[in-house]
Amino acid sequence: MQAVIQLDNLTKHYGDFKAVDGLNLQIQKGEVFGLLGPNGAGKSTTILMMLGLTEPSSGLVHVCGLNATTNPKAVKEKVGYLPEDVGFYDDLSGWENLMFTARLNRIAEEEARNRIEDLLKKTSLEKAAHQKVRTYSRGMRQRLGLADVLVKNPEVIILDEPTLGIDPKGVKELLDLIVELSREKGLTVLLSSHHLHQVQQICTRVGLFVQGKLLASGSVDELAAELISKHLVQIEARITQPQSTANLEAELLQLEGVDDVKILSKGLLYIGCSKDTSAEVARAIVEAGASLHHLSKKTYGLDDIYQRYFEERKTKEVGA
Amino acid sequence: MKLLSQARSYLSPSGTLTLPWVQEKVATNKTFAQKETKPNIPSPFWVIVQKEIADHIHSWRLIILVAIITLACAGSLITGLMHFKDTVKPSDPEDAFFFLKLFTASGNGLPSFIVFISFLGPLLGIGLGFDAINSEQNRGTLARILSQPIFRDQWLNAKFLASLLVVAVLIGSLTVLFMGIGILRIGIPPTVEEVMRIIIFTLVSICYIGFWLNLSLLFSVKFRQAATSALACIAVWLFFTVFYGIVVNLIANVLAPSEFAHPHQLVRYQEFIINLLRVMPSQLYSDATTTLLMPNVRSLGPLTQEQIVGTIPSPLPLGQSLMLVWAQLTCLIAATVVCFGLAYYSFMRREIRSR
Repeated sequence: MQAVIQLDNLTKHYGDFKAVDGLNLQIQKGEVFGLLGPNGAGKSTTILMMLGLTEPSSGLVHVCGLNATTNPKAVKEKVGYLPEDVGFYDDLSGWENLMFTARLNRIAEEEARNRIEDLLKKTSLEKAAHQKVRTYSRGMRQRLGLADVLVKNPEVIILDEPTLGIDPKGVKELLDLIVELSREKGLTVLLSSHHLHQVQQICTRVGLFVQGKLLASGSVDELAAELISKHLVQIEARITQPQSTANLEAELLQLEGVDDVKILSKGLLYIGCSKDTSAEVARAIVEAGASLHHLSKKTYGLDDIYQRYFEERKTKEVGA
Repeated sequence: MKLLSQARSYLSPSGTLTLPWVQEKVATNKTFAQKETKPNIPSPFWVIVQKEIADHIHSWRLIILVAIITLACAGSLITGLMHFKDTVKPSDPEDAFFFLKLFTASGNGLPSFIVFISFLGPLLGIGLGFDAINSEQNRGTLARILSQPIFRDQWLNAKFLASLLVVAVLIGSLTVLFMGIGILRIGIPPTVEEVMRIIIFTLVSICYIGFWLNLSLLFSVKFRQAATSALACIAVWLFFTVFYGIVVNLIANVLAPSEFAHPHQLVRYQEFIINLLRVMPSQLYSDATTTLLMPNVRSLGPLTQEQIVGTIPSPLPLGQSLMLVWAQLTCLIAATVVCFGLAYYSFMRREIRSR
């Protein structure tokens, strides 16, 4: 099956600066893909190239099998795009703004009315529908943006920083709405963000994007395994022990699922496991006659992955 | 053969087959009909034009501009009517055209209708266009609209056309109003030729304002801030209305030949200075409109005594007046097209970022 979004060796220069550097990426139908990276990583530029709003310096962009650089209009018929910090005509009501979009998409009047009514209900804006957009809050605008994107019944929606500037509750509502609507209509979703933990809840796959390059892509778990350590679950334990620790180490290693045991400092144990073995580890420590003060299990989210990646990079740079 | 032509007649212009006996079915199957032929759905271009015109009409800006221009026109109409008696003399060769005097008459320090239009028209054009593109960018609507399935040029064209339509309606109705009140006051209806001349004058005025509209559209594409583009437009306008004349004057003083120079040299000098002045769009406009509204103008450059000798002291027919200003008209339209082309060039391939 052909990928819905296919980028081949995509590159964009601004003078000497490489905003996007040899990007290869495929996004399949029905995926919720998160493009993650810090500010200035080239996420927005990549998205603009997918819509033909800017031209790549080299490489190819195909969306729904269409070349986005040479045939942007056909692409834009199938793709809904919510720009970062979206703007509306402030003097028009939310309903009128959506109607304008519907007319630009050549949707028949009757059908447009039905769709808009439906979308406004889903984004819980029906009460504010006939107020001027000027009076809308940030969260309402963003929800209106989502409705605006969906008016044309797209196959793919591309959201650039959809959660920017919304309060935590609003973010959760918006993300839930995105997931709900995309499942309902079988949409492919691409969203970019620099807020990792917000996005990791809803993405089936993420791509880490730094300085124009895709570092890694995969599910959050896969990325954690790839970038952080070989061990999926890591346990830290602080103990005091009358005798030597060699005995305890051997005993812990015998437990099923424990792959690695290290003593980091006096009384601080690091245990790497392939599955959650915290209960067994605790029992083993106590049975060995040591006293257990503290035991914590760590699983890694994208924030840690990110942080870890940059730390690694910094030390490398210092070393070089 | 007959069968073939009958079959063809069933093909609608868009190329889809609409057989009479299935038409009912198609009509009931609404979604199918919409997908295939999209009947009665205006193209995005007209949707944008409609919205832009609505925006203009609802804006305070247009109301203010209309108020200024209407006041100016009312002033010039009063001047025209007051001095109508002075300007019309029974022995005048153009007595056939006294209705046109209304448009050109001035006195008591109040300028005539054409002077008002040539002065305020640019303001109208600039006012309607200076923030056409950059305000969309600042509002963040540019990226949203251009990610809809429309061509970029459709958007630019629609913006231009909408503003031009507003200008055309405004100038057209003002002129007609002017004529109407004139007829009521002086009691003489214009002749057919006068009406023709006035219609052409209106078209030229729209062209002239269209030039300023395009210039401001160009600046609105070029400059990110609406204030900068407005200032740039006004700078160009001021340069042409005030400073350019001074510069040309200076050049004229420096180059002035002596009194005893050969007449040919004098003529060449005069022509050179006039051509320098013709770089100004307002000069082109006033050349064109004076010729159109004053049929006794027979040349826009210097005439030697030999050329005048033997001329019949009668006004030029409309065709001849048009011939005389053909170059001016072409220049105005060319300047408009150049501005539009530049705006087009810088807009079509530029990167559309939000805000």
